[in-house]
Amino acid sequence: MINAVGREIPEEILELTGKEVFHGNHYFDGYEYKKDGPNTRCVINSNGSKLVDSIHDVLVKCGIRDGMTLGFHHHFREGDYIVNMVMEEVHKMGIRDITICASSLGKAHDPIVPYIEDGTITNIQSSGVRGKIGEAISTGKLKGLAIMRSHGGRVRAIETGETRIDIAFIGTPTCDDYGNCRGIGGKSDCGVLSYAMVDGDYADKVVAITDCLVPFPNFPAHISMTKVDYVVVVDAIGDPKKIATGAAKPTTDQRKLMMAEYCTQFVVNSPYFKDGFSYQTGVGGASIASTISLAKIMKERGIRMRFGVGGLTKPMCDLLINDQVDCLLDTQDFDLSAVESVKNLKHFRISAGEYADPFNKGAVVNKLDFVILAALEVDVHFNCNVVVGSDGMITGAQGGHPDTAAGAKCSIVIAPLLQGRIPAICTDVTTVTTPGESVDVVITDYGIAINPRRQDLIEAMKDVDLPFKTIEELRDIAYSITGEPEKVQFGDRVVGIIESRDGTIMDVVREIKPFEFRED
Amino acid sequence: MKIERPAMAGTLESSDCQVTVEEGEGKVELTLESAVINQFGNQIRKVTLETLHNLGIDDVRITIVDKGALDCTIKARIEGAVYRSLGQKEHLPWGGAIR
Repeated sequence: MINAVGREIPEEILELTGKEVFHGNHYFDGYEYKKDGPNTRCVINSNGSKLVDSIHDVLVKCGIRDGMTLGFHHHFREGDYIVNMVMEEVHKMGIRDITICASSLGKAHDPIVPYIEDGTITNIQSSGVRGKIGEAISTGKLKGLAIMRSHGGRVRAIETGETRIDIAFIGTPTCDDYGNCRGIGGKSDCGVLSYAMVDGDYADKVVAITDCLVPFPNFPAHISMTKVDYVVVVDAIGDPKKIATGAAKPTTDQRKLMMAEYCTQFVVNSPYFKDGFSYQTGVGGASIASTISLAKIMKERGIRMRFGVGGLTKPMCDLLINDQVDCLLDTQDFDLSAVESVKNLKHFRISAGEYADPFNKGAVVNKLDFVILAALEVDVHFNCNVVVGSDGMITGAQGGHPDTAAGAKCSIVIAPLLQGRIPAICTDVTTVTTPGESVDVVITDYGIAINPRRQDLIEAMKDVDLPFKTIEELRDIAYSITGEPEKVQFGDRVVGIIESRDGTIMDVVREIKPFEFRED
Repeated sequence: MKIERPAMAGTLESSDCQVTVEEGEGKVELTLESAVINQFGNQIRKVTLETLHNLGIDDVRITIVDKGALDCTIKARIEGAVYRSLGQKEHLPWGGAIR
């Protein structure tokens, strides 16, 4: 069946998943449902302790068995030890057919690939995967189906009961013996625990794993003891150097600086750039550079930002230090400056649900004026791909891309026209992750295209001196340099689905086939 | 014409390619490894065969390790490798075999 972004979703996948095809961003607006809830084992007797000696013992106490779903968060990013540590023990115990439901997985988790190959792990639900897990899925090694869902989509899946987490493992930088978790302090400081909050609320068993046990009460708790069954203390939950890096040096790449300048000029000339505007940006070099140049113009013109959202980095936190923004809403910290900024009273922690969930009573993304995003590919329909590489291999994550793009009044995607020989602007993206209806502007080093759906923005920019082009013109420039790329040779088997924020199917990912020359 | 001495041109930097030519077995034999083989593998083969044809080479084993080079780069690297193999450093046929 063809969905709203023109992708063919095979009937057997619709049957297997019980899902509908994507019908458009607002298909479920006003939908009513009853939220799922966790099975809860009460703790009334005050003699007990929640401390358990080892991962093995806690797995036994939680009743680990074949076929369970385990929850993980990715606040430790490429420094995470938790997933590998837990899965190694699960594997040793001979448990099989596990579903991993992680907020994201990265190269840090390459060591679990053998557990995919041997059937310990048979299903993966994640924002995305990088490194060897992506290769394993794309080459058909995962027995079940990989589901890629956005940060908001993960909360939706758990709240609706579509995904039931049997045991959630929450790596926490500090914890007391009764399970009060904080993202702040300790050796593996990650600032916030936003993605894990839904696990705390909905998983049947919740295990806090820390490498810094502190005296009770570890307050104010980011995840409360009222939700935590057990606490395990280990030597290290992550590699601090890879959890929060030093602030990235502002880029000196002239191409990125030029795109950043285009972006800033577009923002300040748009109707939304006025006192009290709101803004979110990513961690790419061009995004960071455009935040820096925007801050300068805000100062010159006496314009304040009401709130900034992220995925935060130093340039966003500098806005708070320099009193250019009223407050920051934080779901994740990418560098040490952002982690440090969490202590600021106007720097608020929010849950992934508050941030981006389409199935609650309204999330922060709906209040965004601007979001600045990146993409691997954008096609002439303005559909974006942030998960599957142009070579067909799963290599990225949805993150908050579809959530923020859908919510923001002005969604800007920055992408260099060419990445090596790969054109970022193409006729059809390899896989759709964010629908064109969410994407308003595409900025490349060869020009800027405004989505024709946004005639208001085209009108607002008609006297602005920027290199405006149509998206087709940008594609044609790209193809004139690289040649027209051929479509990747996929096999028939569907190895993964790209889930829309609302749980419908945006696209499918097929098994990759080794390249063969065309007969001629 | 036949390639008799092995020669190499190019690098493994991004957007470049490394071309090696060696003695063949009576025909053109191409081994291609490319970062963009899925999208441009057929195109790279086409450019390679055309370039060799223009140079009059019909007996060679040619290996290309491509890091996303454009057609013009691939062509230049093949020409470089072939003329190195022939030991020809001057009086290159600009506008002739090299187009």
